[in-house]
Amino acid sequence: MGKVIVVTSGKGGVGKTTSSAALGAALAKRGDKVAVVDFDVGLRNLDLVMGAERRVVYDIVNVIQGDAKLPQALIRDKRVETLFLLPASQTRDKDALTPEGVEAVIAELKRYFDWVICDSPAGIESGATLAMRHADVAVVVTNPEVSSVRDSDRIIGLLDAKTLKAERGERMEKHLLLTRYDANRAERGDMLKVDDVLEILSIPLLGIIPESMDVLRASNIGAPVTLADANSAPAMAYFDAARRLAGETVPITIPGEKRGFFGKIFGRKAA
Amino acid sequence: MTKVLTDARSIRIKGRSFLAVVFSPDMPLDDWLKRLDDLASRSAGFFLNRPVVLDVSDLQIDRAELKELLAAFAERNVSIMGIEGARPSLLGPGMPPSLKGGRPVSEEAMAKEPAAEVSATEMKSAVSVGEVRQALPSMIIHEPIRSGQSVIFPEGDVTVIGSVASGAEVIAGGSVHIYGALRGRVMAGSVGNASARIFCRKLEAELLAIDGIYQVAENMAESLRGQPVQLWLENDMIMAETLI
Repeated sequence: MGKVIVVTSGKGGVGKTTSSAALGAALAKRGDKVAVVDFDVGLRNLDLVMGAERRVVYDIVNVIQGDAKLPQALIRDKRVETLFLLPASQTRDKDALTPEGVEAVIAELKRYFDWVICDSPAGIESGATLAMRHADVAVVVTNPEVSSVRDSDRIIGLLDAKTLKAERGERMEKHLLLTRYDANRAERGDMLKVDDVLEILSIPLLGIIPESMDVLRASNIGAPVTLADANSAPAMAYFDAARRLAGETVPITIPGEKRGFFGKIFGRKAA
Repeated sequence: MTKVLTDARSIRIKGRSFLAVVFSPDMPLDDWLKRLDDLASRSAGFFLNRPVVLDVSDLQIDRAELKELLAAFAERNVSIMGIEGARPSLLGPGMPPSLKGGRPVSEEAMAKEPAAEVSATEMKSAVSVGEVRQALPSMIIHEPIRSGQSVIFPEGDVTVIGSVASGAEVIAGGSVHIYGALRGRVMAGSVGNASARIFCRKLEAELLAIDGIYQVAENMAESLRGQPVQLWLENDMIMAETLI
């Protein structure tokens, strides 16, 4: 049985879709079978970021309504053959997703894939709560600024209340993915520091993705950043995050932080 | 001359509960009153200054008879503060108001009431036993309270082992203890308890209230920000001091 990961944030524009695609591709590159599911019905973007927009025939709403079988709707990535995309519908609205339909789709995906990554829409309405409902693990994407942090805090509260795991009395595993981090601006006080965000949200850190032009460049060519340029700083940060998701212990590095001689030797303790 | 309302202060309305004695008389009423007299003679002054409610739900009487019964109580210096279970036709002007929604009291609370009835000499010891109140209930939360969540516990104290996030709120009937940063809103003593206090390890609150008196972040002393602080009420003013 595969693991279901929800990538969520509350706030829009913090990098949920970019992170879903990048983590999905990074996990697939390890040889795992990965399905990335776009839950943003009506405002789909994942197909663009993954460069599959010209191959979409059926979508998740078609599968839920029985117009198509799941294998017909899944799109295989051209670069990594264990990576699949289940697109959202662009012409429908969020109400087209029913709780029973989503449950059936996730259950089927779990049987075929090692990882099912649910790219949640922004907000806290039905689309977002449905995306998180069946998750085993949550990746909370946050930018180092106060409104994003507060919205993430709200989402963490919902993850502990509205998911199946929470309703069964189990603990939802939650990880913080700090994106668009700029060490220089944090140092100047224009941005929250890593420790401030961790102190407020008090969930374990999965990774810190540096602010970089590489992310925008990758979206524009329709490739997850981990496939567009595997040696770029954000790609390397996503690869590390994916290894941590898979259970490996990888020390956390704060991108762009100038380290002294001792810092270079001992590294930074993972939070 | 018309009266001009110059005072902009609003009236504070609080809820408060009292333990009332409930009488449920049975027929014939004369016999029941005799038994009441008997009880009263053994515990002098037991009914004085005590809220008494008359329960007539199992009693088949008309308005005249009820009036007589009330007069009989008045004779015995028992003042009835309300009547429970009465049909509207039974009640008339000059009668105590109709009550509903009463709940039975737990066994322990009842146990100490009859003890006071035994005799005047024993009453003193019984009262001192009554002083040993049952411990107030408290709620302990082991996790941080997230934005958008609210914890409401009118029965007593709330202790949070973790932080209260911006946009979260804690409302307690008693005191509130936060072993973490307080960034949201806290209302202590919400059911009219001016002696309730707020304690936190790091004060960054949006709003604080004790017994309905509130203060927003903007009016808090800058020196308290980020400090471990306790807050209490003194003459309707929120006082604060840092904890060591």
